[in-house]
Amino acid sequence: MVLAECLHKSFGRLEVLRGIDLEVARREVVCIIGPSGSGKSTLLRCVNHLEKINSGRLWVDGELVGYRQHGGRLYELREREICAKRAEIGMVFQQFNLFPHMTALENVIEAPIRVKGISKAQAAELAGQLLDRAGLKDKASAYPKQLSGGQQQRVAIARALAMQPKLMLFDEPTSALDPELVGDVLAVMRDLATSGMTMIVVTHEMGFAREVADVLVFMDEGIVVEAGRPREVLSNPQHERTRAFLSKVL
Amino acid sequence: MTTPQATQSTGQAGQPEEIKAVPVRHPGRWLAAAVVLVLVAMFVHTLVTNPRFQWNVIWSYFLSSRVLDGLEITILLTVVAMAIGIVLGVVLAVMRLSANPLLSWASWMYIWFFRGTPVLVQLLFWFNLAFLYPRVSLSVPFGPSFVHANANDLITALTAAILGLGLNEGAYMAEIVRAGILSVEHGQVEAAQALGMSRAQTMRRIVLPQAMRVIIPPTGNETISMLKTSSLASVITVTELLYAVQLIYAVNFKTIPLLIVASIWYLIATSVLTVGQYYIERHYARGSVREQPPTPWQRLRRSLLTFHAPVPEPPSQLPLREGR
Repeated sequence: MVLAECLHKSFGRLEVLRGIDLEVARREVVCIIGPSGSGKSTLLRCVNHLEKINSGRLWVDGELVGYRQHGGRLYELREREICAKRAEIGMVFQQFNLFPHMTALENVIEAPIRVKGISKAQAAELAGQLLDRAGLKDKASAYPKQLSGGQQQRVAIARALAMQPKLMLFDEPTSALDPELVGDVLAVMRDLATSGMTMIVVTHEMGFAREVADVLVFMDEGIVVEAGRPREVLSNPQHERTRAFLSKVL
Repeated sequence: MTTPQATQSTGQAGQPEEIKAVPVRHPGRWLAAAVVLVLVAMFVHTLVTNPRFQWNVIWSYFLSSRVLDGLEITILLTVVAMAIGIVLGVVLAVMRLSANPLLSWASWMYIWFFRGTPVLVQLLFWFNLAFLYPRVSLSVPFGPSFVHANANDLITALTAAILGLGLNEGAYMAEIVRAGILSVEHGQVEAAQALGMSRAQTMRRIVLPQAMRVIIPPTGNETISMLKTSSLASVITVTELLYAVQLIYAVNFKTIPLLIVASIWYLIATSVLTVGQYYIERHYARGSVREQPPTPWQRLRRSLLTFHAPVPEPPSQLPLREGR
């Protein structure tokens, strides 16, 4: 589903990604861990082209991200084409980024109506199901400010799912939550993983990674240090840097 | 000092007794209030007793058709010039924030020019445009023209006033809109883009509605200011409110009463605008606070319907959208 080859990304003179190779198969859940500043979030943001990569190649579902290759040359995609690809990739942010001027329901139906062009009734029906699945049936008409952090993040997940994406990106979805609210959000994500969604999750929740992930990736200083089955990586890390990181967080 | 007995005494139900203390006196406040009251009384007294105010003249002209026609032109000028200003302001603000350096620069130049020259000069300039361009035509740039018109026919006093006030307002509105757009968190744009929304959709559906909270209050100020600035159009012979009363007192020399007539109408119009601004602000504040406080009208209605001393009710009973 996602294939990255020798990905490089710099912000000015700061090299954030320094040659990332990564493969995510369909229906697979990949968790990325690593110290802050290791480039985890940047990698995720490259996948839906919120950041442009400087070199290397990145494919999602067999197509290059942000470019089209034609006769050995790369052409930048038009805005319309980029939007169409982003619409197939859901993203959940650390800070939720719900639209504060819209109710929970309006947040969820906005993109299906505006981007996919489906009818309001149809969008509302799907949104109702998604909010129900996230345990927020009675919160549809609440504004984000009236919801707890955990509820907001679950609305944000429903909003992403409403576009019926083939890939979901989670950027530290529980890092801004009070500890007692983390469980509800993780439960929704676990449910999603069980249903067969392809997911890339940047997280600090080792328990979730151990249980749900098919592959655990440890990143540091812009490279993938180690990747493998979560239990193996967590219990028997091969690299000194992985061991040092895990000794601090476990 | 209070005795320990006084602080620890308890009421009947075992609850601490309600504190009954002698309040602190504020002689300064009483003095200030007295001074203000005397000044107000003096003002009212002179209003009533000075015959030169000529209140009978004021009321006889208050609803005269010439004054009302002037008021109509003033309102027309305000509405049209503000509409031009707001549309232009949004366009200029988006241009200013655009990635295209030429657009950004053009917007900057426009704002620099129209904020940098007095609006009175701009009004006179538009009024006298015919000296610069006697003929105006629609044509291919640097090529043949299709339609021509005499500038003096095209630019009447009223269109000159609308152009002058509107184009000038656009420069001020541009800065207000830009501040509003910049006040919206970048995460909002990213969330919208991640959902596949285009930049235009993101601006229209996500950024601008949130920017409105920051844009509305200064826009209200600008509208009230425009209502009064439109009186400058009197110098280019637009018979708006001020020029209408000037034309009357030029003949009958009842200068002060007629200026008071105009002032009362300006006050009425700005009061109406202030109320309108309050409700528009409420509309765009939805979602920004958990619960909105009731409007003065809702408070009044509620206290009338409850038939007893108004108890402050918890605002939670108020539907959030009632401000619409």
